[in-house]
Amino acid sequence: MKCSEFLQELTNYLDGVLDDRTKAELEDHLAWCHNCYVVCDTTKKTIEIYRDSQLYELPDDLRNRLRSAIVAKCEAHKKAGPQEA
Amino acid sequence: MTAIQQKVTEPVSDELALVQTAKSGDVSAFEELVRRYDRNVFRIAQHITQNREDAEDVVQDAFLKAYSNLNQFQGQSKFYTWLVRIAVNEALMKLRRRRPERMVSLDEDVKTEEDSVPREVADWSPNPEQQYSQAELKEILTKTIQGLPPSFRTVFVLRDVEGLSTEETAEALELSIPAVKSRLLRARLQLRERLSRYFQKRDSGDGKQ
Repeated sequence: MKCSEFLQELTNYLDGVLDDRTKAELEDHLAWCHNCYVVCDTTKKTIEIYRDSQLYELPDDLRNRLRSAIVAKCEAHKKAGPQEA
Repeated sequence: MTAIQQKVTEPVSDELALVQTAKSGDVSAFEELVRRYDRNVFRIAQHITQNREDAEDVVQDAFLKAYSNLNQFQGQSKFYTWLVRIAVNEALMKLRRRRPERMVSLDEDVKTEEDSVPREVADWSPNPEQQYSQAELKEILTKTIQGLPPSFRTVFVLRDVEGLSTEETAEALELSIPAVKSRLLRARLQLRERLSRYFQKRDSGDGKQ
C-alpha cells in the first residue's frame, strides 16, 4: 500500500467503517510507515481536540433570552394564522 | 489505533410525539425541542458565520422557520437533521449578506489537493492542548478553523463536532455521500496540518511558537 492510498482511506479508518481486510492492510502500512502513523495519530488528536473544545458554548443568560424570543415569535405566528413566518 | 468514538446523541424516542404536539399548535412542546437543540444550532451557526450576533439571529430565525413549517416535516429523517438543514441555510444566507463579494456555496469544490498532502509530519507533544491556557487554546482553534473554506468547515463541524453520521450530514447539507467524505478528509487533514505548527514536539523550549 502506498502512502497516498493510505491517506484516501484515513477518514474511513478513523471512523471505524472499513472491512476487516482493508483495515488490516492499513494497519500493516502503519506498522512500518512512521509518517503515516504520525499523520493518522495527529489527525485523530485534531478531531478529539475540536470535539472537546467547547468552542461557542451558549451562555445561560443568552440562551434564556433567545428561547423567550423564539417562544414569543412562535406565539405571535400562531395567533396570526398559518401563513409563512 | 482505535477508531474515534461517536458522540452519543440524546434519545429521540419521544421526539416525534413532541413534534406532533407542536404541530397541533402547542408552543410549549416546541419549546422543549428548542431546549434540546438550541446549543447545537448556536454552535453550528457560529462556526459558519464566525459572528456572534449573526449566530444569535440564526438561532431565532431557524427555530421560527422550523415552527412555521412543521407541517412540512414528514418524519422520514430525524427532526434534528431537518432542523440542521434549516439552520445551515439561514447561516449561509447571513454569511452571503456579510460577504457579498465572495460567493458562498456548499457546492463549491475548492481545489486544494496540495493542501491535503501532509507536509508537517513531526509528532505532537503527548498532551498538546496542555501547553496552552484555555483562552490561548480557544484562540488557536478558532483561528485555525476560520481558515477553512465554509464548505469544508461546515462538513467538519457537523460530522466531528456535532457527531452527525455521514448520511445525516449529506442529508442536512444536500450533498452526496462521496462529497461529504471527500470534504471531511480534506478538512481534517488541513486542520491537522495547521495545528501541527502549534502542537508539534520541540527538542527544547516550552513548546510554543
